[in-house]
Amino acid sequence: MLHYTEKIREIAGRLLKQGVVDVFIGYRKGSVPMMNNPLLIRDPGSTDLLYWDSNCALNLCNYLTGRKDRIGIVATGCVSRNIVTHIVENQISRSQLYVVGIPCTGMISHRAVIRAVGGREIIEFEEQGERFLVRGRDFEEIFEKNDFLQSNCAVCRYPNPVLYDEMLGERVPGYEGDDVYRDVEKVEQMSSEDRRGFFSRMISRCIRCYACRDACPLCYCPTCFVDESRPQWVGKSIDPVDTMTFHLLRAFHCAGRCTDCGACERACPMGIPVRQFTKKLNKDVQELFSWEAGLGLEQRPPLDVYRQDDYDGFIR
Amino acid sequence: MTAYRVYSKEEWTSAVKALESHYQVFVPVKDGDFHLFGLLSEGKRPDFDFQNTHLSPKSIVYPQSERMFEYSLDGEDPDAHMLKEAPKDFSPRAIVGIRPCDALAFQRVRVNFDTPRYRDPWWVSRFESTTFVGLGCNAPEATCFCTSVGGGPFSEAGLDVLLYDLGDRFLAKVLTSKGDGLLKKALGGMEADGTLVRQAESLALKVTEAMPAVVPVDGLKDKSVLELFEAPFWEDVAFGCINCGTCTYLCPTCWCFDIQDEVLGKSGDRIRNWDSCMFPLFTLHGSGHNPRGGKVARVRQRFMHKLKYYLDKYNEGVQCSGCGRCVRSCPANIDIRQVAELMNSL
Ligand code: SF4
Ligand code: SF4
Ligand code: SF4
Ligand code: SF4
Ligand code: SF4
Repeated sequence: MLHYTEKIREIAGRLLKQGVVDVFIGYRKGSVPMMNNPLLIRDPGSTDLLYWDSNCALNLCNYLTGRKDRIGIVATGCVSRNIVTHIVENQISRSQLYVVGIPCTGMISHRAVIRAVGGREIIEFEEQGERFLVRGRDFEEIFEKNDFLQSNCAVCRYPNPVLYDEMLGERVPGYEGDDVYRDVEKVEQMSSEDRRGFFSRMISRCIRCYACRDACPLCYCPTCFVDESRPQWVGKSIDPVDTMTFHLLRAFHCAGRCTDCGACERACPMGIPVRQFTKKLNKDVQELFSWEAGLGLEQRPPLDVYRQDDYDGFIR
Repeated sequence: MTAYRVYSKEEWTSAVKALESHYQVFVPVKDGDFHLFGLLSEGKRPDFDFQNTHLSPKSIVYPQSERMFEYSLDGEDPDAHMLKEAPKDFSPRAIVGIRPCDALAFQRVRVNFDTPRYRDPWWVSRFESTTFVGLGCNAPEATCFCTSVGGGPFSEAGLDVLLYDLGDRFLAKVLTSKGDGLLKKALGGMEADGTLVRQAESLALKVTEAMPAVVPVDGLKDKSVLELFEAPFWEDVAFGCINCGTCTYLCPTCWCFDIQDEVLGKSGDRIRNWDSCMFPLFTLHGSGHNPRGGKVARVRQRFMHKLKYYLDKYNEGVQCSGCGRCVRSCPANIDIRQVAELMNSL
């Protein structure tokens, strides 16, 4: 996706020069391989700092919350869905935004790449079309990008932005298989004992750094429940019960809103697949309400509407 | 005269095993994608083939969550509302395979927990009961910059023993009597001759000279705090930051904590947990006012503390051992090497 870089610079320069936007949000090339740095520029003269490749997997929508200016922003399919969610939830207004849409061929899982070279240190990364090269002190490997996609990207059905002012290229095909939720189904089939074991093991290395929460555009509450002290909803130690409480509550707060963008998982320093929680809820919401988050501005998310004809008796 | 012992790699594994009857032995173990320190007694297999552990060993001396006191809220109990120290374990422990930067980090942290005026009894007791067996770095990572901040891949600061990996064997250099005591309890090995010592020294020299990064911090001492505080670059540095706890929790020199009471029924615990200056709650006042209410202020605090306030207060270098963990793991790629450069050249 390297080739989008030039176009992004061009568009950002144009938008800033013409005063269409006050600021432009994208990425700067990172200082370590497979990591990039979210960037805001104001000056049309510094568009050369902008960069794009398949390692731009934090969710830029996260940086929109509460802004009052007019913003140009680069958005892939999932990011655009989070922007829609942000607009629907009144965190930003459509009229403030100029969305530069990226038809996305997926982000690379840096962890999978490191695993593939046996944990050896990667010193250089070079994207070459749909392949990429990694170099270490005494090795060099070329990989097919498709074999190293983040697990959410590998089954992404909406790689094209659903909301944009300008598109950077031709639309790309989305995933069409019917096994998007295979991982979730496996967990569903476990006995409740096994399932508890599965999730407990999964989060056993969690250090409660909250990078998963902080990377998520949905988590914009002025005071998160974990930070609340009166009342205190959850203990702050690394007691497994408190850690599990954090994860379950965080996931439920994202129900019907999560776009499966993968930023939470990408950000986790311990490599914990936290999407196993949110994805289950995505599946539930889809089954119960035929709903997928962030596909359009017209509809409100199912969990924040009240309908007199709700099929669930308890709420009527 | 400094004593050196040499062990074949197999011998060293059994030597470490033999330490178990005298210490809790922490060793680097491969755990999924990372190396982490683990307890030998939990059946973990030591693996000394690593660059550095993903998490620093700081929790061995300074646990992420620690029960300080316990108390009863039962009015019938004559001891109600009295804080009693919770049982703690200060038995001897050894960290075998700690990298020199992480040993240096304990020294940098010590000035905070062990001062003439205040001593944190638990940190100090655990620190004092620990023997640090370092492992010199034959292959520093590209993100390592220990040599820029007063350490080095074979630095001896804060170590009791330093191991040199010479391919098929380890050369152990005894640095303190504590280290000597540990090696006496480890079985096997033999006295090393001068050839091996010279081999180790030239290895250390070669690796140190080839260190990847030079991060300038030499000008920081003379800069004005206020000018740095008001520097124009903070907003740009902070933009990508998501204010998570990754950098501070992975950092061997970050020491901040929070104290919490947890009550169940009529009994309670007073717990100390790691905290992070990146969290909004860190500075939230009871009144609701937050002096560091936004992320730019928080990011600035982290770097100013590490690279300026600490330096000015203790004059013992910066509060960073150059381990590079925050650089490698920050999800937003905020890089302390670049920030140091910005500050140093302001
Ligand atoms: S929960 Fe994770 S996958 Fe879902 S929107 Fe938030 S960051 Fe993205
Ligand atoms: S990012 Fe990972 S380690 Fe941090 S709180 Fe979330 S799951 Fe735990
Ligand atoms: S600098 Fe990076 S690791 Fe530290 S709080 Fe910010 S985003 Fe998290
Ligand atoms: S600030 Fe970063 S490089 Fe320095 S000691 Fe902490 S984690 Fe290591
Ligand atoms: S920073 Fe220095 S001491 Fe630490 S792992 Fe790297 S080379 Fe070794």
